[in-house]
Amino acid sequence: MQTRINRDSVSAVFLLLFCGVFIAASFEIETTNYGTLQSSVWPQIILGVLSLFSLLLLTQALRRPPAAGEGGGLVAWLRRYRNPLICYALFLAFLVSLPVLGMLLGGILFVLVMLTILGGGKLAQLPLHLVIAVVSVGAMWSIFTFALGVFLPGGIILNLQ
Amino acid sequence: MLIENLGGAFSEVFSLGNLMLMFLGVSAGLIAGSIPGFTITMAVVLTLPFTFGLSAVEGLATMIGVFVGGLSGGLMSGMLTGIPGTPSSVATTFDGFPMARGGRPGLALGIGIWSSFFGGILSACLLVALAPQLARIGLEFGPWDYFALVLFALTITASLSGENLVKGVIAGLLGLLVATIGEDEVNGVARFDFGVDALRQGFAFLPVLVGLFAFSQLLSDVRDVAAARRPLMEKSAQAVRVEHLKAMRQIFRHWAQLVRSALIGTFTGILPAAGGSISNILAYDQAKKASRTPEAFGSGTPEGIIAPESSNNATAGGALITMMALGIPGDVVTAVMLGALLIHNVQPSPTFISDNPQLAYAIFVAFFLAHFIMIAMQAVCLRAFLLVVRVPMYTLASVILLYCAIGVFALNNVTFDIWTLFVFGVLGYVLKTLGFPLAPMILGVVLGHVAELNLSRALAISDDISLFVTRPWALFFLVISLFSAAFPWYQARRHEARWTLFYFPAFCVAIVLPLFLMEGVVRPILAGALLLIAAFTLWRHQQAGWQLPPRGSGAEVSQLRET
Repeated sequence: MQTRINRDSVSAVFLLLFCGVFIAASFEIETTNYGTLQSSVWPQIILGVLSLFSLLLLTQALRRPPAAGEGGGLVAWLRRYRNPLICYALFLAFLVSLPVLGMLLGGILFVLVMLTILGGGKLAQLPLHLVIAVVSVGAMWSIFTFALGVFLPGGIILNLQ
Repeated sequence: MLIENLGGAFSEVFSLGNLMLMFLGVSAGLIAGSIPGFTITMAVVLTLPFTFGLSAVEGLATMIGVFVGGLSGGLMSGMLTGIPGTPSSVATTFDGFPMARGGRPGLALGIGIWSSFFGGILSACLLVALAPQLARIGLEFGPWDYFALVLFALTITASLSGENLVKGVIAGLLGLLVATIGEDEVNGVARFDFGVDALRQGFAFLPVLVGLFAFSQLLSDVRDVAAARRPLMEKSAQAVRVEHLKAMRQIFRHWAQLVRSALIGTFTGILPAAGGSISNILAYDQAKKASRTPEAFGSGTPEGIIAPESSNNATAGGALITMMALGIPGDVVTAVMLGALLIHNVQPSPTFISDNPQLAYAIFVAFFLAHFIMIAMQAVCLRAFLLVVRVPMYTLASVILLYCAIGVFALNNVTFDIWTLFVFGVLGYVLKTLGFPLAPMILGVVLGHVAELNLSRALAISDDISLFVTRPWALFFLVISLFSAAFPWYQARRHEARWTLFYFPAFCVAIVLPLFLMEGVVRPILAGALLLIAAFTLWRHQQAGWQLPPRGSGAEVSQLRET
């Protein structure tokens, strides 16, 4: 028997689970003795309609077989989304290290590592990538700090304000 | 009063600082618009962080500059390399590229630039004339009507922005849900904070927007490992001298084409969600049908450049009409502008023009001025474009990702906003990969508060929910919501199913009732005219033996869009 599980059916099941969690949370919203529309009503209306459409999507998805190109296993999936996954991982690392490294140092490191990995990791390009990282982040940092008066996170190491 | 407001607007828009910002904005838009993979929306979203420190007029004028520049920038790469810079200039490539390749690149560019200019100026005139009139109608709206209008905006966005209506509606509902997170505006009660303090305030609009659009777009651009390392455009292009005079002569020869296309662009822009990507193809299709030499289309005819270029710039004016008159974004770019207004504590609504006349007139003036600046900057930006396209995408993406982080932090000086950017960047990319359109989600985020506030107001005035279907304007918007929801089915089956022959007459008849219920003389007369049109259409179908339209008419537009 041909499997009917495809990307849309997985999305629909995930959406239904998501609605379940939020509907449960909507009953935790404080009830007030003022106001004509309780704070939980509007989100519950949205969640009700969202659940309905998620069910519709599931029905639609189960009616059609998986499209060509779907599936292929974890390795193929990781290969297909290699660059976005690297970007997310690096951005997450940049965010976590922000209190320590600050925007300037953390930013230069983030751009440098991103350029090096996405650019193919060639050592010969490292000086060019370093120049791009220092000049671009330095320029942005200066514009926001000095021209727009924004206090960007200084970090523990440089403690720049 | 008018003179006073116009005088104030002129002095603000023509101040040295604002002029410099507009020159920068138009140039940035022209370059961003010319780079394939960089959308106008992304350019406008990335401009937003720079506008926090500016006044509302300066911020909006800069964004309008980017918007107008972006719409015109797409033609440069389209004509010189055959790859359109933005979806708004897809149809321009059909005739612009053959003309340029045939040894007349200067003329092709000239026709494109001047068509953009005249199309934009015509829509600017319509903006000035129509926005105050539409706003006057908007003043008749009660909370029931406004709630129904938001529903209509969401439904039409969902039905026009993707292949699957269900996915579009889900995206819109997710946007509405995101807007409910945090303290609710009506009762001041925290919702869905899951015990996290930072969530009690809800998500700031800008990080959500930058995450959904810019962050996810950049990751889409670098997904292909090999393509990310190649220069933005491998096809070489050379700077050419724009033939202004010859181009103007061609445009004046085809002035009717220009006016018709500008009107198509403006009215497409007025519809929520329908932007330049639709109008340029619609105008091209109409120009081909109306032309005496339709066989020349696709081989480098001036008409094939005039139509799409004048209509895509005119779309901007239409989108601004809806935003300024009703407080509803006409497209995603105006949704960003609406966000910029909110940052400056200006609430867009039907009273926007009367409450903030100077700002409203400044937007009118800035929109006119941006087109003149666009003409002046094209030649300079053409050279910059030739330099920028040599840079590989991964370099731009790395730098812009960090810029996004700095930009959203600058809004409230809190790191939580960068986390929001990250989370919505992931969400936007996942949704896009799974085929969910992002435009309805953005509209949901922007209009969520408006919908809830008006629902609450309506119920506070009266607990009679039948008012949502008995008030003329509310009924009008609900009826057109239903028809816009059914539009994807109509479009998909209009060459196969006989019921589609009744779609348009049924639509006319359905909106007759609310129009008859409205006060005054004009609207009932309009209702009578619609009844006649419905009857005439049915009579024509009957005369034709209830034959379905042949493939090639409307399907051509769909095929062009896919191209």
